[in-house]
Amino acid sequence: MALNRRRVAAAFLATALALGAQAQEKSIVVASTTSTEQSGLFGHILPAFAKSTGIAVRVVALGTGQALDVGRRGDADVVFVHDRAAEDRFVAEGYGVDRRDVMYNDFVLIGPKSDPAKVAGGRDVAAALKAIAAARAPFVSRGDKSGTHAAELRYFKDAGVDPGEGKGSWYRETGSGMGPALNTASSMNAYVLADRGTWLAFRNRGELRIVVEGDTRMFNPYGVILVNPAKHPHVKQAEGRAFMDWIVAAEGQAAIAGYKVGGEQLFFPDAKR
Amino acid sequence: MSTFGAVFGEAFRLIGALDLALLDIVWLSLRVSLSAVLISTVVALPFGAALAVTRFPGRDALVVTVNALLGLPAVVVGLAIYLLLSRAGPLGTFGILFTPAAMVVAQAVLIFPLIAALARQAVADAWREYAEQMRSLGAGPVASSLALLHDLRFSLVTIVLAAFGRAIAEVGAVMIVGGNIDGVTRVMTTAIALETSKGDLPLALGLGIVLLGIVLLLNVGAHLLKERAQRHHA
Repeated sequence: MALNRRRVAAAFLATALALGAQAQEKSIVVASTTSTEQSGLFGHILPAFAKSTGIAVRVVALGTGQALDVGRRGDADVVFVHDRAAEDRFVAEGYGVDRRDVMYNDFVLIGPKSDPAKVAGGRDVAAALKAIAAARAPFVSRGDKSGTHAAELRYFKDAGVDPGEGKGSWYRETGSGMGPALNTASSMNAYVLADRGTWLAFRNRGELRIVVEGDTRMFNPYGVILVNPAKHPHVKQAEGRAFMDWIVAAEGQAAIAGYKVGGEQLFFPDAKR
Repeated sequence: MSTFGAVFGEAFRLIGALDLALLDIVWLSLRVSLSAVLISTVVALPFGAALAVTRFPGRDALVVTVNALLGLPAVVVGLAIYLLLSRAGPLGTFGILFTPAAMVVAQAVLIFPLIAALARQAVADAWREYAEQMRSLGAGPVASSLALLHDLRFSLVTIVLAAFGRAIAEVGAVMIVGGNIDGVTRVMTTAIALETSKGDLPLALGLGIVLLGIVLLLNVGAHLLKERAQRHHA
């Protein structure tokens, strides 16, 4: 019987440990994208924000579409994403307020060294995608309604190619985040559209390298939006706004500009002050 | 690149470095999964035993359902719990989505069928042997269940360990309801998924080896305790 009592005590102890572990600190939940989290940007800038305000930022990294959905359901206080059309829709539908420009990076087209579609060195992303489709060279798509996926579909439209026709052959939708899509492309030597940040931080490159960059269309702006407190009253408005104010102010913008991987700056602050 | 050499190098480096962030992640993994196992066990063992010793209409259907739920994908459990705990969901007011508490709930639900189904089978087998005897002693279903559970306690340890293994190894549910937030809800499995995403495969597998080592240590501990208790009671 002593053993049983001890077991019950252990059960209560462990339960208390698990449930009571949430420290009562000031914090907000930011739904953001894999590109900002996996490139290491948040790890670089958030400690500075926490130090100056005492607010901890809890980042849930998802695709842009999913991040906006988390905001729509009221499960985040702030969304920090990169798909202008979807962001404007989010605000227009009343789910978010006070959208602000924060920074941009750019997309790069990644491909294998063998370059079966002969697109390396070009600057025109639409022409490159057209050549890839014509060569029926393997192309890995995110296929997850992320900001990068939306950009890819825009470029295919510019190229006058319907990638849906290539499904099952050269066009491969993985339905996964940027990293997994890059892993897949790396293992099948396929072309893939990536944001530069994730690409630079990515370790499993294999035969892959940048084949097309510098097209002005590949400019990739990030915005920050407060989840509408009128729709979701529990949203931590003051702390959320503190974060948004900080990231578009001099200190936050400098922190963004100061983040480098291998000496290369990943994100370029462009908040309008 | 000799990947596997790098993996083991990475694993030993991780253990040797005794990185604080890693310790936090390990500790959270253990806390979440042990809590889930304890909560689930407290409910699922009596439930499984009751299924074994009682007869009521629809009982067979219930048994089959519980057995079938063994095949429940973790990601489905995660999604269901996410929708329940979301601010827009019925339990949203608790505000526990993206916290360790939500992860405990998801894992507890995930392993409930496992504990219940295996406990039911174990108790049912024993019940066939002792039903006569229990009835002659005038023991009702509650007393019989408790007596059989007590009798089977050493076999039940294995069931509970299996449930713990499923809980600490799953990634689909905790990823969705926890959100893999650095320092808050990041556990071993979601950290492994993240490093895989970053293409740092040696670090990801190194973490996997650390996780395996922890589970192994826990199993060794449970085994020794069980052996000692068994000798003590023999």
